[in-house]
Amino acid sequence: MNAAELPILSIMLAVPLLGAVACLFARAEMARIIALTATLFNLLLGVWLWASYDPAGAQWQFVESAALFGPIGWKLGIDGISLLLIMLSVFLMPICIGASWRAVTERVGLYMASFLLMETLMIGVFAAQDLMLFYIMFEAGLIPMYLIIGIWGGKDRIYASYKFFLYTLLGSVFMLLAMLWMIQQAGTADIPTLLNHDFPPEAQTILWLAFFASFAVKMPMWPVHTWLPDAHVQAPTAGSVILAGVLLKMGGYGFLRFSLPMFPEASAQFIWLIFGLSMVAVVYTSLVALVQDDMKKLIAYSSVAHMAIVTVGLFTFNQQGIEGAIIVMLSHGLVSGALFLCVGVIYDRLHTREISRYGGLSINMPKYALLFMLFTMASVGLPGTSGFVGEFLSLAGAYKVSTWATLIATTGIILGAGYMLYLYRRVAFGEQVNADAAAMPDLDNRELWLLAPIAAAVLWMGVYPESFLAPIRRDVATIVDRIERAAPAGDSKLKEHDKTTAKYRVQAHGGEHDKKAEGAAH
Amino acid sequence: MDLSTSLYLVRPELILSFSSLALLLIAAWRQEAGRLVSILSVAALVGAGAYAVHYLCAGTDATAFEGLYRADAFGSFAKILIYFAAAISLMIAPKALEKMGAMRAEYPVLVILAAVGMGVMVSATDLLTLYIGLELNSLAAYVLASFARNDGRSAEAGLKYFVLGALASGILLFGMSLLYGFTGSTSFDTIGTAMTGELSMGLLFGLVFVLSGLAFKISAAPFHMWTPDVYEGAPTPVTAFFASAPKVAASALLIRIVVEAFGNQVQAWQQIVMVVALMSIIIGAVGAIGQQNLKRLLAYSSINNVGFLLIGLAAGTEQGVAAMLVYLAIYVAMTLGGFICLMQLKGRDGEMKENMADIAGLSKTRPALAAVFAIFMFSLAGIPPLFGFYGKLVVFNAAIAAGLFPLAVIGIAASVIGAFYYLKVVKTMYFDESVDSIDAADDQVLGWTGGALGLVVSPLGYLAIPLLGAVTAQAAGALF
Repeated sequence: MNAAELPILSIMLAVPLLGAVACLFARAEMARIIALTATLFNLLLGVWLWASYDPAGAQWQFVESAALFGPIGWKLGIDGISLLLIMLSVFLMPICIGASWRAVTERVGLYMASFLLMETLMIGVFAAQDLMLFYIMFEAGLIPMYLIIGIWGGKDRIYASYKFFLYTLLGSVFMLLAMLWMIQQAGTADIPTLLNHDFPPEAQTILWLAFFASFAVKMPMWPVHTWLPDAHVQAPTAGSVILAGVLLKMGGYGFLRFSLPMFPEASAQFIWLIFGLSMVAVVYTSLVALVQDDMKKLIAYSSVAHMAIVTVGLFTFNQQGIEGAIIVMLSHGLVSGALFLCVGVIYDRLHTREISRYGGLSINMPKYALLFMLFTMASVGLPGTSGFVGEFLSLAGAYKVSTWATLIATTGIILGAGYMLYLYRRVAFGEQVNADAAAMPDLDNRELWLLAPIAAAVLWMGVYPESFLAPIRRDVATIVDRIERAAPAGDSKLKEHDKTTAKYRVQAHGGEHDKKAEGAAH
Repeated sequence: MDLSTSLYLVRPELILSFSSLALLLIAAWRQEAGRLVSILSVAALVGAGAYAVHYLCAGTDATAFEGLYRADAFGSFAKILIYFAAAISLMIAPKALEKMGAMRAEYPVLVILAAVGMGVMVSATDLLTLYIGLELNSLAAYVLASFARNDGRSAEAGLKYFVLGALASGILLFGMSLLYGFTGSTSFDTIGTAMTGELSMGLLFGLVFVLSGLAFKISAAPFHMWTPDVYEGAPTPVTAFFASAPKVAASALLIRIVVEAFGNQVQAWQQIVMVVALMSIIIGAVGAIGQQNLKRLLAYSSINNVGFLLIGLAAGTEQGVAAMLVYLAIYVAMTLGGFICLMQLKGRDGEMKENMADIAGLSKTRPALAAVFAIFMFSLAGIPPLFGFYGKLVVFNAAIAAGLFPLAVIGIAASVIGAFYYLKVVKTMYFDESVDSIDAADDQVLGWTGGALGLVVSPLGYLAIPLLGAVTAQAAGALF
């Protein structure tokens, strides 16, 4: 049976929402069960959605439309890019619920309700086909996240929750004004129509900047990333997972869905800004990550560095770069989520995130050390893991545009290996200096069940990325076609008449296909 | 036009006037019949509201009393809001006032009289009708502010309100006399026709004075100083009334006079309105940050909201006016709800709690109340998906459509400052350690009205958008 026969997206939005309402009125034990059931059910629906998605079919599938709210249209529909991000959300959600199973003991109903509400809003962001609906879903996520950080967070949770809320709100309000202007100008709020509407180039600049204000904060790009380490460190484990796993992807999704195809000229005009900020971010945040004593902070800074690779990839204006950026987003969603879970596992045992309090965990926690190593390697971008595929593709795409930016962005991979391996060495290897850390038991079954599915997905994406590239290939090609007219000329062309390079020249190179095959093969 | 047609058109006011007189008799007879008089007053408001709905549906648009009064969709819509707010204020009052020992039968009568005045205000098409309506409302309001006569703060609030209100009325009257002197008429239409071309100095002064007087009535900055003091001092149900119905009436009056009488001189008042709007938003936002008293905080919040409302007026378009009406409708629900939540904060000894420190950790002891209060706070801050967001959306949409980009950008950036103190309330209720100083609820009416208003501003409110959009478009269309 095909999922398109039902209003599947509305159902996927309704299931967690109803679950959230039920959780509010349920006792702690019941709320956990309701939340897990709702998220697992949504995961099943997601799998069904993926199975029913036809990569060769219409660009927008599972389209729904209802005139419920006057000017705010209830229009849903997904393409391949949305599909994968929705899959990421529904995949991480049951894991989040599982991760909070024992760690959260206070106000469990409200906690579970906040998470389920987050799930609805995340799916809504990726499925919205109406500009206003998108904005509402995009912004509404602030409320549950504010509560999650503020109620169940760490010591400085109040500062972190304010910072998170006000930073992202300030970024977004300008986008709202830009959206209102666009709707008036184009006469419609329908995203597929707007994607093919040509805004005058002079207006594009302002609109692009307004959207940039929002997505750059959400992404987050240097120098507006400072809310992220605070929010991550203070949020409970599952909150960090959802924040790193999905919320940051909304920024990338926004660039991809709005900034690039709606304002191609402005995007081309601002490549220097994106590349410049991304280069700074890669180097700077990697170096900052290197000196952290707090595990969560280290991973938070590594997120900023990885997201910078995403922005570089997105603004390459070519197929590999954008496909790579999407794969980095998916991979980072899985890997950073898993890394936060790994931190959560030992935090639950010792109640500290300070790296020096651990050491030699591979002796008393071998299973944990193995999984932690896998995710460390995936974060570093080792071939065979998901991290490699995405980073390789985005950097290959970036090379066509700017060799210098690529060079600097690539140092991020080396530095990434530096800080991640250094973290791993300090936590898992070496002497067992602390008696209490040495006495920690290995992963129990629940924790194993949380980490194993992510490990499987990471390896799957690393070994056979075609499963993830197939649904997005056509949609990325559509975007590339749309923005081709503004695509910047690359600086890495061979000189036609230079004798010294003549022997390196290859005849009729089928660039795009070869690169893609290469990416798939690894 | 004969008298009977005129009387036919003012039926809402007639019903309320006669009811208030009759009820005053009951009040004089039986001082302790406060509850009965309240119920009858609500019934009178419902009856008057039914006629307003009828006029709105029937598309009535006619003038009465030789052009002194106009019954049109705009006035009818504003009246529905006013009567609704007044009725809610009456329903929530008895128990709270009884506790203060201030529940007397005059209370509902004064509210009804104020409602008559407000009805006249929104329908006035002549400076004289305007002033009569305004003063009828204001005089009732001065008495209401000092209704808890044993409470020093209440008496102070009434006196402050009276002195400053009289000053504002004086300013307004001065402006009106200038307008009359330079145009030779008190009718909005005639003033409108006379105010074409180059504006004479006298007319300009008249316009500025009229706008200043009205800015005082809607508590827009820089004429907002009385608001926090009066809101804090007046008994909470009265404050809820002040923050809702008179705001609607004065805003509607401002819209009508600006559009009908000054419609040809948009440049002359647009800058004033823009400056007043931005000042209100910023002062309302910044002033609230340090407030420890929740009533004062909500007072600043209402100043802040008036600023957003005026953005719609600054647009000076039909769309802008429709947006203002949408904003007003949502604002009434939010602000009444906010005060209803405040009224439920009652200590162990039955005393009213109104400080920030008292609601620390409220979500643990009174989860439902905290949740509803949080909904109102997020909604006032304009965070989607709550309904307050839609109000902000439409006024900014109107400003963008009118090309007022700087106004929209500064206004929306300042709304982020405003979000801070609304968040602070939520933070205090949800993140702080519980002080457990709030007793369980004992007033069912507060619970039900608060809950119902909470549902309205929750995302369910979005279902009302098509209806609200149609009605406000019709109402705004009546002016242009």
